[in-house]
Amino acid sequence: MIEKRPVVLLLLATAAILVGTTITMIAPFRWINDQKLRIPGVKPYSVLQLEGRDIYIREGCNNCHTQTVRPLLADVERYGEYSKAGEFVYDQPFLWGSRRTGPDLARIGGKYPDAWHYKHMANPSSMVPETNMPSYAFLNRPLDTTLSERKMKALSYPYTQGDLDNLEGKSEMDAIVAYLQKLGNDIPWRAATAAETALENPFKSDPATISDGREIYSRQCAKCHGAKMEGGAGHSLLEEDYPDNKFFKIIHDGIKDAGMPQFGDSLSSDQIWKVTAFIQSRKAK
Amino acid sequence: MKQPVIYEDDVVKGFITWSLVWGFVAVLLGVFISLQLAWPQLNLPPYLTYGRLRPIHTNAGIYGWGIGSFMAFFIYITQRLTKAPLWSPKLARFQLWLFNFTIVACAATLLAGMNRSKEYSEHEWPVAILVVILWVIFSINIIMTVIKRKEEQMYISLWYILATLVGVAVLYLVNNAAIPVSLTKSYSAYAGANDANVEWWFGHNAVAMVLTVPPLAIFYYYLPKSTGVPIYSHKMGVIAFWSLIFMYLWTGAHHLLWTPIPDWVQTLAMAFSVMLIAPSWASVFNGYFSMNGQWHQMRENHLVKFLIFGITFYGLQTLQGPSQAVRTFSAFIHYTDWVPGHVHMGTLGWVSLTLFAAIYYTLPRIYGTEIYSVPLVNLHFWLAVTGQLIFSITMWIAGVQQAAMLNATNPDGTLHYTFMETLVRLYPYWHGRAAGGIIYLASLLVFIYNIFRTISNAPSKSQTKTA
Repeated sequence: MIEKRPVVLLLLATAAILVGTTITMIAPFRWINDQKLRIPGVKPYSVLQLEGRDIYIREGCNNCHTQTVRPLLADVERYGEYSKAGEFVYDQPFLWGSRRTGPDLARIGGKYPDAWHYKHMANPSSMVPETNMPSYAFLNRPLDTTLSERKMKALSYPYTQGDLDNLEGKSEMDAIVAYLQKLGNDIPWRAATAAETALENPFKSDPATISDGREIYSRQCAKCHGAKMEGGAGHSLLEEDYPDNKFFKIIHDGIKDAGMPQFGDSLSSDQIWKVTAFIQSRKAK
Repeated sequence: MKQPVIYEDDVVKGFITWSLVWGFVAVLLGVFISLQLAWPQLNLPPYLTYGRLRPIHTNAGIYGWGIGSFMAFFIYITQRLTKAPLWSPKLARFQLWLFNFTIVACAATLLAGMNRSKEYSEHEWPVAILVVILWVIFSINIIMTVIKRKEEQMYISLWYILATLVGVAVLYLVNNAAIPVSLTKSYSAYAGANDANVEWWFGHNAVAMVLTVPPLAIFYYYLPKSTGVPIYSHKMGVIAFWSLIFMYLWTGAHHLLWTPIPDWVQTLAMAFSVMLIAPSWASVFNGYFSMNGQWHQMRENHLVKFLIFGITFYGLQTLQGPSQAVRTFSAFIHYTDWVPGHVHMGTLGWVSLTLFAAIYYTLPRIYGTEIYSVPLVNLHFWLAVTGQLIFSITMWIAGVQQAAMLNATNPDGTLHYTFMETLVRLYPYWHGRAAGGIIYLASLLVFIYNIFRTISNAPSKSQTKTA
């Protein structure tokens, strides 16, 4: 029968392949990116952001970083609000990735100030000791804008001549930082995760706590606030006179306009309390 | 049987040699990027960074080594099973040139940063057009040879070969649809969650149509050839064939569990992944039962050793795979080093061991000589198996450890470890993985030396000899 008819075999094999293909690959087009699932706040990329995204693709950042937060406790606590289909309607291609050698970046936008990204991209271990991320200092070269307009047209994203003119003098680094700062911010999720205040430090001035706090401080805070809290990129902490819960809130939520990152998703509450105890202990001296 | 048909074997020699070159490049690059993960200062921007080299590693492995040797053995096997000469040897020789040109073009453009980002199909559209031409030429040649065959019955290997030809074509054309901006830049034709679903329908079925179906065609041909006894059950092979190619296409979304694609697509993928254990293990049992009364050959026959270890890794792979495709386990293990551990058991274990056996069987025959050294074959075998096991086991432990740390919480429900605290604990495992890779690389050097000496010993201008 079939074992004597190669053409029939080819046709039947194709048919067998097309059943699952039709149901699980073609049919979902009917549901995914449906108008009803659109999120009004989600905007297409600006020219600079799109150039940044293309640099992200060119350098293969997606080989180590995912861009999708799963609705799982560890993901949501660590990275932020879980990802919605409607947030990706302008992503051609999608960049969800498959391996988190580095952390997920779906909600990286607004987590750190621009200055943090510039320093980190140029020399990752200066901001994150023991990281295995390569240095991308070479991105300081000028951005090639010859294809910018054609790219915007190909994707039908809105732009003005002014947007194109503004690319003048930008570096590749400017573009990739602009892209990273857009990620995950089209929905207002950060406000919803702010810490509830009126908490009390469960550790206070226990000496073991203070040495734990010192360790966390030197890893997470000293780069900006100085090894002795004398200040640097960030404020000096020697004069800051806040109650514990205010420190907790600032460390947890960050101060966006002042460039203080939020640590609520990378440090546990216990760790934040310990750092707070350490900072308060220094002031006492 | 010897007189009338002259088989085209020169082009088979060419494909085997070049697939070996690309396989060596793939493993060499793999070792290098594994060292880059452990020692980031080995990244030499802008070109020699992990981000740019990893796609070249995967493409050289899957397409250079995998597809290159499948082309060799499809041409070799098809002629033998149809008892007909290759339809067009000229076209096949052109195909060899085009194949190598395409691999070089793919590697060079990826190094230059021309990258679509879609995993296992990163090259830009001009290279994709070369791939399409290549595949059409190859398919026509094989299909025409089958149509003009002298042997009426088609053995199961030919079924797998024909399914590969259509399967790859469908997958490749859909996933590579793009909106070109220039010769060096294009955007995917699909957006967001749609693009993800298309990509993993492609990605997982590349595993089916490139890393499962072709090695099965080769396995079903070379196991009986090596043992000298027929395959246990042709019928079981046929049932496994239809259920395998039917069910595989439903499973792509198990790479996207918990992501924002529709739940029902994820659930179907999960169910079909578990169901796939049946056809996969039908092939494993077919291999094992074929060994009834022949198990002593595991000691005496180096080809059998490679093939049976190969099919055993296939069996383990197709149990581990479905377990990872279950939502709860995926939630824990996905995005960790567990997954590269899994992948490399399939590629270094199942696919490569099967191909090594096929090369050891075929090359001496088409060169009209004997293998240079059987002890070196055995050394190759043990180095390869050891290297691969060190790699995979190290990565499984690393994956479980990191997953456990990432999920650890304090009594108040907050997370116990920062991301960096979980990463720094991976360094020792990354050193272990690199060691496994280096052992595997050493096994390849032994292999290539043995093959080189075998070919050098061959009588010059050898007569084509039928196997």
